[in-house]
Amino acid sequence: MFEPVLTQNINRQDSEKIAVYIAHGGYQAARRALLEYQPDELIDMVKRSGLRGRGGAGFPAGLKWSFMPKDPQIPKIVAVNTDEGEPGTFKDRQIVERDPHQIIEGVIIASYAVGASRAYVYIRGEFFLGVKRWIKAIADAYENGFLGKNICGSEFSLDMSVHRGAGAYICGEETAMLESLEGKPGNPRMKPPYPAQIGLFGYPTLVHNIETLACIPHIVSRGAEWFASIGTAESKGPKIFSISGHVKRPGNYELPLGTALSELIFEHAGGLRTGKQLKAIIPGGASTPVLTADKVDTLMSFEDLEKAGSQLGTGAIIVMDESACMVEVARRTTKFFAHESCGRCTPCRIGSVRLFETLERIEYGKGLPDDIERALRLSENIDGRTFCPMGAALVNPARSTIQRFRSEYEYHILYKKCLAGHN
Amino acid sequence: MLPNTKTKLASPKTRAMLLTALYIAQEQYGWLSPEAIERVASRLKLTPGQVYSTASFYTMFRLKQNGQFHIQVCEGLSCYLVDGAESIIDYLRSRLMIKPGEITPDGKFSFEIVQCLAACDCAPAIKINDELYGNITCDKIDEILSELSSKN
Repeated sequence: MFEPVLTQNINRQDSEKIAVYIAHGGYQAARRALLEYQPDELIDMVKRSGLRGRGGAGFPAGLKWSFMPKDPQIPKIVAVNTDEGEPGTFKDRQIVERDPHQIIEGVIIASYAVGASRAYVYIRGEFFLGVKRWIKAIADAYENGFLGKNICGSEFSLDMSVHRGAGAYICGEETAMLESLEGKPGNPRMKPPYPAQIGLFGYPTLVHNIETLACIPHIVSRGAEWFASIGTAESKGPKIFSISGHVKRPGNYELPLGTALSELIFEHAGGLRTGKQLKAIIPGGASTPVLTADKVDTLMSFEDLEKAGSQLGTGAIIVMDESACMVEVARRTTKFFAHESCGRCTPCRIGSVRLFETLERIEYGKGLPDDIERALRLSENIDGRTFCPMGAALVNPARSTIQRFRSEYEYHILYKKCLAGHN
Repeated sequence: MLPNTKTKLASPKTRAMLLTALYIAQEQYGWLSPEAIERVASRLKLTPGQVYSTASFYTMFRLKQNGQFHIQVCEGLSCYLVDGAESIIDYLRSRLMIKPGEITPDGKFSFEIVQCLAACDCAPAIKINDELYGNITCDKIDEILSELSSKN
């Protein structure tokens, strides 16, 4: 039986309060990191742990830390990404609301390791409670000497503040988030230069998702080897999986990376609604390709999901039974991306709308004989041709459902109605 | 000779306060009227165009007025799968007798359709002003609306 690590505190009474966090061993890891370790030792430790980013891209965290310039004369920044907006994902909201100090502790250690003296938190504008919790947690951390000058009696000082987003999915993309922190529209920047070279206000910036940062104190207190012993060859450590859709107990479940999709759906989330058959699964949030039911034994790891024809993404699983119409699933998800396109580059701005219109035609019984090919052609022309990774993301729902549930599309076009019994 | 435009440029740190300033203005004015945009611009030494370009990019900045209680209905995939979204939108339409984006004649309610609220665990979800309501049904909406109607 796996003992939760990242969510070990969240069910305690007043888990968001600093006294409760400290009473259960909180801030011990930060103290140890600041007083007993050199920054390079911490970077090495995170590298050995095998921690990969939890925000969707899965980039090795230790490597990201080592990209930050070593020159102590250059001011450096840590930017904390709480702009959770991927449909199906609701893990960050829970960590921020229930255990914000765990993230602050991770930020302190990461900032010390890369030599940053300033940390900016960016939080999704809709998270009203999360904003309040962040502000209170940071104020309490200052009062208790975990932020500000000479933290825990060390030479290290760190200032931290919270900034609210205002409802734009694209601001979860790291460079768009930096633009938004600077008070501009959230248009992604050209990479390179990467944020580790030129980030917020032109300074080298380390950007992390909060679940990634939440792992850091545990790596310091239990060791890189402990962390690396959890999970699979290429996917290490615990992970919070958000499950929603047609399951009996939707919610967040913390389990090792590499847990089977079937275990998550049938054991932890209580299985499907009574009398229904599994039809399709989105394993990593709405931007990851849809899997067919026969892939239910796939392990939830970066490499296994890649092999199965999808991605781990944020680890947000959307489960669909036989009642779901796959054309409608694609239409609805593509509508989301068309709405959230920042408009900066043409393939995404125009392509997402054309793709949505094509899917809408098919779904509502007005599909043309060549609409399936049109949707595929549009997908090819968007994927890989956009400024930021959103182009690749936005074609996944349509392309994967066409590839894997093509007969439903054909039925819609031919008979002007739905195979799953809608309309 | 060109006028010295350099003195007009705000420092990047001032511009960084723009989102916060817009939130404050929105709270004071109820929405971001042209007057509010002008005021934010002059306070931060930005042009109204710069302020507008940021304000209009983000969906949470309201460039028109809403009702006293603004209802946001999630039409995300997880909400749709558990029979939310359309059924709730249709219900609100008939109950409030307005379309998405409109305000009731008494100025009390307005509603709009939004994308994922990150509340898929308690889908279907709606939000009224700052408050999130999960596992919503038409009966629950009735209850909430009658409660809000009696408020001032």
